[in-house]
Amino acid sequence: MAELATHGAHPPGFAHQFEDIEQQRDAGRLGMWVFLVTEILFFGGMFTSYTIYRALHLAAFIQGSHQLEVKFGATNTAVLIFSSLTMALAIRAAQTGRKKGQIIFWLLLTMLLGALFVGLKLRFEWYRDYVDGIIPGVHWFYNGPQAPGVKMFMCFYFFMTGLHAIHMVVGLGILTVLVIMTARNRFSAEYYSPLEISGLYWHFVDIVWIFLFPLLYLIGGRY
Amino acid sequence: MSDHTEPSGHSEHIVPVSTYLLVFLALMVGTALTTWIAYIDLGRWNTVVALTIAVTKMVLVVLFFMHVKYATGLTRVVILAGFFWLGIMITLSCSDELTRGWEIVPQGWNMILPVVFRLF
Repeated sequence: MAELATHGAHPPGFAHQFEDIEQQRDAGRLGMWVFLVTEILFFGGMFTSYTIYRALHLAAFIQGSHQLEVKFGATNTAVLIFSSLTMALAIRAAQTGRKKGQIIFWLLLTMLLGALFVGLKLRFEWYRDYVDGIIPGVHWFYNGPQAPGVKMFMCFYFFMTGLHAIHMVVGLGILTVLVIMTARNRFSAEYYSPLEISGLYWHFVDIVWIFLFPLLYLIGGRY
Repeated sequence: MSDHTEPSGHSEHIVPVSTYLLVFLALMVGTALTTWIAYIDLGRWNTVVALTIAVTKMVLVVLFFMHVKYATGLTRVVILAGFFWLGIMITLSCSDELTRGWEIVPQGWNMILPVVFRLF
């Protein structure tokens, strides 16, 4: 058959159940987006109950928010935004047919920033929260105002940022796999779908943090 | 069966680095802005401003970093559906929880406003 003779019908990575490589790419992206929609609702459940408890106990939530340090939240936001840039540049390097060394460079930089995010969180936020005794159920001896409401807020804080951190760690695992795949010459300007799809996941985790930061750290203002 | 002999990148829009950098800058500015405004007393509007900035940042990430600006209509519909369902979840949950303890005395739609304001 004539189609089989042309390279265009068999680009690298082409799976034959698809009409052409374009449809395959679109299907891959769509599939990832469907998963991300489930993730929106997954985090959305927590955002929903956060909204309700904040509306019902605003003063306690303000008090709880003041237990967090804005500078760490803001720094981590900047770190994640930077990592989204480097991830986008990694995909672009693949798209434009750059050498694998360049793709790996951007991927490693993304991983470094992701690890920095988790590291900063663990060392300067969660460890300090442990020392200060504001981890509900683990180490709690807060005796300031609005204690029950602050406890509820801290529950939300640890569940929401904890779930987010788990997603970050999973993302780091995915990036590791991508680095290995790139090193093994799996990608080219024609085929870089795993990179692009993982990029969608990474950007999504960034977006969740973009909302977590103001909702957890900046409640009621800091004036 | 269509014959695609053109280079397979023909439909893949490659975003220029300058666009990525601009978006990155806008995101950083938004972060600085939202942090700065938190230290200014705007009362109820603090939350509105913070959420507006957050939504703007999200739209920038979705459109440019996630390439949705160049994505198919089907993809966009799926994304919008996701946010729509999130909206349903938040709206219905809030209308349940925040209207508990109400006595059944018909008072008209202006009873809703104080409940809405409690969100901010």
